[in-house]
Amino acid sequence: MAPPGEQMPQATEWKRKVEAYRETLTDAQPDILVMIGSDHFHQIFLDNYPQFLIGKAASYDATFYNEEREFGLPTYTLTGDEGMSRFLHQSLLAQDFDLAFSNELKVDHSIVCPIITLRPQNDLPIVPIYTNIFAPPLSSPRRFFELGRAIRKAIGDYPSDKRIAAIGTGHLSLELGGPRQFMETGPDPEFDRKAIDWLRAGDIEAILASVTHESMEASGNATHGFLNFILMLGVAGSTEADYIDNLDLFHTMEAYFTWFPKEIG
Amino acid sequence: MSKYYVNKFLFTVDRDPRLLSRYTEEPRSFVSVWEQSIGSRLIGNEAEASTAHAFTEEERRALIEHDFVTLFEMGAHFFLNLTLFIGIYDEPYREKLGPLAFQRAFASKLGHWRGKAYPSIMT
Repeated sequence: MAPPGEQMPQATEWKRKVEAYRETLTDAQPDILVMIGSDHFHQIFLDNYPQFLIGKAASYDATFYNEEREFGLPTYTLTGDEGMSRFLHQSLLAQDFDLAFSNELKVDHSIVCPIITLRPQNDLPIVPIYTNIFAPPLSSPRRFFELGRAIRKAIGDYPSDKRIAAIGTGHLSLELGGPRQFMETGPDPEFDRKAIDWLRAGDIEAILASVTHESMEASGNATHGFLNFILMLGVAGSTEADYIDNLDLFHTMEAYFTWFPKEIG
Repeated sequence: MSKYYVNKFLFTVDRDPRLLSRYTEEPRSFVSVWEQSIGSRLIGNEAEASTAHAFTEEERRALIEHDFVTLFEMGAHFFLNLTLFIGIYDEPYREKLGPLAFQRAFASKLGHWRGKAYPSIMT
């Protein structure tokens, strides 16, 4: 972490918000973490790009030289859960979601940053799932939502008394490598406000009526990371969020949501 | 035109500190070396060559000149085009002009694209 003189002005508030968000995961007392993120041309490239991919390995290294260079990320080793990976993969195939798989996956910041922020003790096994939000053409917003529903069903069907949390990372409006990058706000604050309201209410119909690949592109060339939020709403089940927070960082709006499982009657 | 091959250049160089250093110091000779002996390697298989792609003259020139504006306009992937040149220019800009100076200069050089549909990155 940067020394206090070099920290961004929001550092103290960011830390407070992340710690409060972390408590929602701690309170859920999880045993296994299903981590949904997206590779950013670290292991996966255009010679062979899957729309969706599941990691099936006993451990996962992180991260990459160019992420250490650019973000100062530390290296990590995350423990996997091959049994859970295998079950999820087969369940998703049976639900007609044909995920690619990897038995040797080095994960990037999309998986490691939520571990650093939400589970810094890194003491739980993970199952990583990667989505393509990055190399067009992309799957439809509805497909992301439906994959979320299928992941939720697979988790529910897992024959175990383990407690499983799903953690997804994505973003609201974002521009990278374009004229609207690194402004004082994200490239489309109006989209950000609407997106937070949709997720707060769990309003998938409003999202699907408004959000297209073209509309995301217009909100910022990297806004397609919002597709992972849509997927997570699928995992949650288009219901009101139990915990909502956000923070306006200098170039993007961060938003944090938690849905706790409703007890099955 | 090969957007894929331009992206392959950016991808292979960004991920390897030795290649990045050579591309920073001697871009003209490095691009030539890359075309002769690196670009043709099938990713993930050092022993196999691929003859599927080559640069156009304009792509070669843009890479030699670190011309990220032209690369953006050709539809190079925004993430690779940004991270590679951050890797080269972030530090010198920061030392002279402060944090994020390069990122903001990058945005400013693309200012004429504000409000327009960007060139497609689809490959």
